[in-house]
Amino acid sequence: MTEWTPLDPALAKVLPTGDPVNVSRRGFLGSAGAGALVLGFGLPVAARAQAAGSAPAVTPGTRVPAFLAINPDNTIRLQSPFAEGGQGVWTAMAQIVGEELDADPATFVVENAPTGPDYQVVYGRMRITGGSMSVRTSYDTMRRLGASARALLIQAGAQRLGVPTSQLSTQPGRVVHQASGRSVTYGELAPTALDLPVPATPPTLKDPKDFRWIGKPQARLDVRAKSTGKAQFAIDTKVDGMLHAAVQHAPRLGLTVGKIRNEAEIKAMKGVHSVHVLDGAVAVVAQRFWHARRAAEAAQVDWAEPTGATYRAMPASFSTQAHATHLATVQGTEEVAETAGDVAKAFAAAKSTVSATYHSQYLNHAQLEPPSALARFNADGTLDMWFPNQAPDMFLAEVAKVAALPPEKIRIHSPLLGGFFGRHFLYPHGNPYPQAIELAKRVNAPVKLIWTREEEFLRDPLRPMAAVRFRGAVDASGMPLAIEAISATEGPTEGIADKRSGQIDPTALEGLAGKSYTLPNKRIAQIFVKSPTTVAYWRSVGNSMNDFFYEAFLDELADKGGQDPYAVRLHLLSGNARLTTLLKAVVDLSGGWKRGPFKAADGTMRARGMAMASPFGTQTAAIAEVSIADGQVTVHEVWQAIDPGSVVNPAIIAAQVNSAVALGLSQTLVEEAAYKNGERVARNFDGYPILTPDRMPRVHVKIVESGEKMGGIGEPGLPAVPPAVANAVSRLRGQRVRSLPLGTLA
Amino acid sequence: MIELTINGQKRRVDAEGDTPLLWVLRDDLGMTGTKYGCGIAQCGACSVMIDGTVTRSCVTPVESVAGAQITTIEAVEADPVGARVVEAWVKHQVPQCGYCQSGQVMAATSLLKQNAKPSDADVEAAMTNLCRCGTYNAIKAAVRDVAGLATQEQGA
Repeated sequence: MTEWTPLDPALAKVLPTGDPVNVSRRGFLGSAGAGALVLGFGLPVAARAQAAGSAPAVTPGTRVPAFLAINPDNTIRLQSPFAEGGQGVWTAMAQIVGEELDADPATFVVENAPTGPDYQVVYGRMRITGGSMSVRTSYDTMRRLGASARALLIQAGAQRLGVPTSQLSTQPGRVVHQASGRSVTYGELAPTALDLPVPATPPTLKDPKDFRWIGKPQARLDVRAKSTGKAQFAIDTKVDGMLHAAVQHAPRLGLTVGKIRNEAEIKAMKGVHSVHVLDGAVAVVAQRFWHARRAAEAAQVDWAEPTGATYRAMPASFSTQAHATHLATVQGTEEVAETAGDVAKAFAAAKSTVSATYHSQYLNHAQLEPPSALARFNADGTLDMWFPNQAPDMFLAEVAKVAALPPEKIRIHSPLLGGFFGRHFLYPHGNPYPQAIELAKRVNAPVKLIWTREEEFLRDPLRPMAAVRFRGAVDASGMPLAIEAISATEGPTEGIADKRSGQIDPTALEGLAGKSYTLPNKRIAQIFVKSPTTVAYWRSVGNSMNDFFYEAFLDELADKGGQDPYAVRLHLLSGNARLTTLLKAVVDLSGGWKRGPFKAADGTMRARGMAMASPFGTQTAAIAEVSIADGQVTVHEVWQAIDPGSVVNPAIIAAQVNSAVALGLSQTLVEEAAYKNGERVARNFDGYPILTPDRMPRVHVKIVESGEKMGGIGEPGLPAVPPAVANAVSRLRGQRVRSLPLGTLA
Repeated sequence: MIELTINGQKRRVDAEGDTPLLWVLRDDLGMTGTKYGCGIAQCGACSVMIDGTVTRSCVTPVESVAGAQITTIEAVEADPVGARVVEAWVKHQVPQCGYCQSGQVMAATSLLKQNAKPSDADVEAAMTNLCRCGTYNAIKAAVRDVAGLATQEQGA
């Protein structure tokens, strides 16, 4: 197996990482190995240069040279339109392209592509790594790309072997002339194939029944590098002459630097190059990060209140506790996102009704790699930047504004992400790149800025908080008749934009709206309440809390009607074969529905809860088994059935479900970004705990491949987990869980 | 100047004695396999071995390890136990984003060097590093595998 290798030093000389070089399509490429010379399909440089200007329109995902280079040793370099941050997308891309190219995915070396129109393959018009969209929105495009490359290699093979293309076929990594038994490797053909035009008629794609790699548990390409410390993240980047920087942010967003009381003292600290006042921060530049950090922390700053209008200035009075009460009681316009039947009439006719208010908390992303940004202005007037990001072209546009340079003079490098979970989109005041640009300008040298964990937790935009006021009604048979849910919240999309679009932000209510149950009467609405904090996308976005609200309240309604929650869900899914199958699959996986409480073999009393979700085009159902001791909830088992329609890599799906279970449990059990007096209560993992290994349950995954339209994988495993746990805890205690995190139960 | 022994080699660094070993490794010596995650010994991304015992280098003053044998992830495969741990990490496809995994591999190697047959309780006590991707079950399976214990796989 070819392991993933970070950018080779030899490659760095010719790829756009250093001073600009004029590389032709036939330029030499370093290989993934020991810097061997490579005659490849070509470089994406030309493509990028065209993208920067208003060059001829490019159909994303069609120009083979922008994506693929084949080395003489038959290893294949693929420029990925998607960032790899643990979700396995680089391996999936190698499987998909390799399938149609007829090349073993294990021979691929995948890298994050530069900016440019070729890589706008999400729905053929944009480039982001998010929304669990990568594979499902680019699947056909990337297959066609692989097939086009194969067609070029067959043409080149026909020339080389002196036979018509109709007599040629391929085996993995080679073009074969069956009749004569001759064959030639892709690596040998690549230089010739380079000069051929992509065929006008799109090549035929394989019949899925002939798939060799798609649908199989292909080993990940990056695992060995990541197990031996060789994987390079943005924070590991180093360039010649680089200085290090650290910042101290204002304790509240919007405050500005009034005065650094001990400026002379910190300037005199060992290793300090210079001290800088930035917008809402003090920065120290030094030869070493430790010196920069120590001095930045030592700065005694008089912060000044904002004088004019600023983006989300944090009031000194803000506390999350008071905000929760406000959200639960605030009156305002109820903007209806979804409605069915006649809720008022249903409540009037109901046998019984129930009302409850549910709460969610602010959450940090807490990806383990703290954000960094490295800025280098070059002698020729260009700028190179390295930083973690989920959308290189969107950042390019912003970097151009901040640096006051045209985009074609800027190269964005997007290394491996040390976790992301939504952290590395463009967020106002939430990314370090503007500070790095400013500092590099001021000191006239490349600057790498790292936000310490403390500074990161202060500027990391948060998963929004919400309070949902529910009313539910059951009919004479005890089955749900109506649900009304009014959520007081701000959606992340409208929050990041800092303006309302005139329509309801779907990311505010997804998981309350869009449920798959057939309920005769419903009304789902939002009361918009602007968050005093900055807000963000967080793994599974609105679903991360809304499915908790809905599925927990659904159990509450089942109890009110004297019905079993499993029977209620089956009832609400009647006629829905796909989801009935899925729900039964998770029940079977868990050994049959057993709500409890029951005594386990170890003597503990346990109960189980179930929940379902329909996030990102995928369907999920989960069951959790819990016990409680000294107010602490232990989650022993989580069973999850997931139906993503169709499957590229079942091993990665199982790993992603494990990962999503962990993050879902973390917010259920321990996480909360709390504020008092306008300031964060905790700014590191000591005060903001995340799930520890001893609290990880066994996770059992069942993939149901229904053949329906392909859905996402990175996020969908999360939303059903918090409500499954909450429902189990409620059952065990005989008392409803209506807010997260559970913390220590009274 | 402080003289250190890192991965069997003598290295001289010009750093104040209270500088954390982590930053000496990363910035002075360019060994970036050891990661910064929290700086307060909470997450374990910075784990190295000091005389064979796993240590969080972000709170380890460099002067305190002068004269000790420092092993970092860059040399983990030179250790026979470390090499087996890496193979188990590959076999069980442990890493996702990978940022914490240098530290996880060092913690596992230290545990298994000191206790070739750890019990589940031993594994739980030793493997406390944080992983935001939630690879905990895969880590446990890989450690148990090196210890010769079977684990039911995560399914699919």
